[in-house]
Amino acid sequence: MSIPLVPLENILFLPMEEFTRTVTGKLRSGGRAAVFFAMPEAGAFRLVMAIAFDLEGRLEFLSTAAAGSFPSLTPELPQLHLFEREIYELTGLKPEGHPWLKPVRFTGAAARPGVAEFFRVHGSEVHEVAVGPVHAGVIEPGHFRFQCYGEKVFQLEIALGYQHRGVERRLAAGPDARGIHYAETLAGDTTAGHAWAYCETIETLCGAAVPARAQVLRAIMLELERLANHTGDLGALSGDVAYLPTASFCGRLRGDFLNMTALLCGNRFGRNMFRPGGVNFDLDAALVKELKARLDAAFRDAENAVALLWKTNSVVDRFDATGLLLADAARGLGLVGPVARACGIPLDTRRNFPFGPYHDFTLSASGRGDVYARAYVRWAEMQKSAQLVDAWLDALPGGPVAAECGPLRPGSAAVSLIEGWRGQICHAAVTDDAGRFRYYKVVDPSFRNWVGLAMALRNGEISDFPLCNKSFNLSYCGHDL
Amino acid sequence: MFKEIIARFKQGYRTMEFPAPGLALPARGLGLPVVKTLEETAAQACVYGAISAGPGGGLDMGRCVFCGACAQAAPGAVEFTKEYKLCASARQDLVVGNAGFKRAAPVAADIRRILGRSFKLRQVSAGGCGACEADCNVLGTLAWDMGRFGVQFVASPRHADGILVTGPVTKNMELALRKTYDAVPGPKVVIACGACAIAGGPYAGHEECVGIPRDIPVDLYIPGCPPHPLTILDGLLRLIGRID
Ligand code: SF4
Repeated sequence: MSIPLVPLENILFLPMEEFTRTVTGKLRSGGRAAVFFAMPEAGAFRLVMAIAFDLEGRLEFLSTAAAGSFPSLTPELPQLHLFEREIYELTGLKPEGHPWLKPVRFTGAAARPGVAEFFRVHGSEVHEVAVGPVHAGVIEPGHFRFQCYGEKVFQLEIALGYQHRGVERRLAAGPDARGIHYAETLAGDTTAGHAWAYCETIETLCGAAVPARAQVLRAIMLELERLANHTGDLGALSGDVAYLPTASFCGRLRGDFLNMTALLCGNRFGRNMFRPGGVNFDLDAALVKELKARLDAAFRDAENAVALLWKTNSVVDRFDATGLLLADAARGLGLVGPVARACGIPLDTRRNFPFGPYHDFTLSASGRGDVYARAYVRWAEMQKSAQLVDAWLDALPGGPVAAECGPLRPGSAAVSLIEGWRGQICHAAVTDDAGRFRYYKVVDPSFRNWVGLAMALRNGEISDFPLCNKSFNLSYCGHDL
Repeated sequence: MFKEIIARFKQGYRTMEFPAPGLALPARGLGLPVVKTLEETAAQACVYGAISAGPGGGLDMGRCVFCGACAQAAPGAVEFTKEYKLCASARQDLVVGNAGFKRAAPVAADIRRILGRSFKLRQVSAGGCGACEADCNVLGTLAWDMGRFGVQFVASPRHADGILVTGPVTKNMELALRKTYDAVPGPKVVIACGACAIAGGPYAGHEECVGIPRDIPVDLYIPGCPPHPLTILDGLLRLIGRID
């Protein structure tokens, strides 16, 4: 059951003051902003927020009109800090009273990436360490500023935007033939997650009924993506504490999971599989058999490789109590995904807002917010993913793998929530009178979680940064859009 | 100690042979295209303008994101094979016409002499979706073990023989790319890896992206979105003359 379409006129429209008051009340009593954006309207802007009540699996929409500025809610509700900065950067609407109104992606003509004010700590033995945008490894660009006292990190600030390539803006010009490619490449390692969110948004807007077989095939893609990435990250975590056996084994196994995805659609990252209305490739009995055999072999080897971690004292010692992130901070900042679950926040879109074939999904994975917990939660999720894929392969529903998508309903809004491997992905679209997109918003889980990494580093040691960073493994391109 | 040895036996020896006869992309994968006729329908099916119909036309693998839309719209005109060897030395060589395309040649002999048996690259990720980077990283895992050919990604541009660029080069990465390139001691090679780095890929035409600056000459083009690790490794080894 995806989130139903909302006719624009049904979105609660409140005067600014009441909007502020209502949002504050709701976000303080169990609500979480799933998305918050400013959409041009009548020469000014309409601020729209979708509030998720995760425990109830309910979404509420609120909106208000704004021109020039609006009162910042960030001082009261830190989870809005980046949404408000983003609104300011995209529209010039100023959140008055925002404590740190810096660029998010350095998109303006005069903006120079990373050139901004950074929080500084002063003192005779305090020093600053600046890293990036080009890092030591083969990874995406970003800039990190550490304020240190010896080894100890007082503060880490993360400046991104280097990967900003203007995808969200182009998505909003759709829907068109390039849309699905944009979705697939919002974050290359989350192709299935974002492609599904994009397709579901369109399907909600046009009222298409996606066949059951297509939904299961999509879910198989999504879980294979999770398996590949979690496996790769557990290997990389192992490498970061110089424990090479698991690092080596998982490096190969990640590829085995990617190759299973390629067996389905020809591409290791899942490109070309999704399309609005369904999927492009089906499985026959021979492929099902092959996939099952490969899953069984790869998962058994992964079990063997990952088990070494928990039995090796040097690994456990390095993971334990490193990069601590407390549940209060994570909740306050609206973090999602395995990172949030690892500090005890029970949010999993597959359970809280079931989509596709996840109607009776259960998994409780929890921990105390350190690298160990983030690693262990990943392992718990891998076990579940492998079970799910195996069971789905045994009982694929019959029928077609795609339905036709008609024209989009004009003047409507749709929100899609998908649990990608990094956490909740949110796509929101609003259509105009002609049934074209009037607005399109993407919230990658990394957009929320980067600040969590900065928090996890506080009072930690700078030499633990690579390990902490890997335990989050966030996306730069998913953030930068 | 013993548990690691037992695990090692269970996991087995996994490094693949490369190059090896019979290596190909997965059954549903899209590799080297074969252009049979230069039909208008195929050209129209491509939203990236990668296909030009008529005489002298062809399928430009540099612009292609390997989505398969053309082959679906005009199966009689374009077909994708499982061939993974797709790299070229010059931009125009990436155009596949009726007679195929021109595969990459090794770098000049004098550079090859300097490189000897070692080839170190600084990777610069400049926009894009991170998939090319992921499949470059994979070459370092034990399954591919690119180090056995003397090829390695290094942390410092000062230690590198060249750069491998991924992504459409966003405005926000232009300066960092240039600084990294300048920091590599000459003579140096430049590799454009993936559709984005070659011609913008899915982001072609975006004003947020500037592409690899003209004054940074590219020695090797590796098409794909992202290129399969087989394609990348083939390209790197061809460039340094380890295979031909
Ligand atoms: S496969 Fe390549 S040439 Fe064909 S339509 Fe897609 S991008 Fe264009």
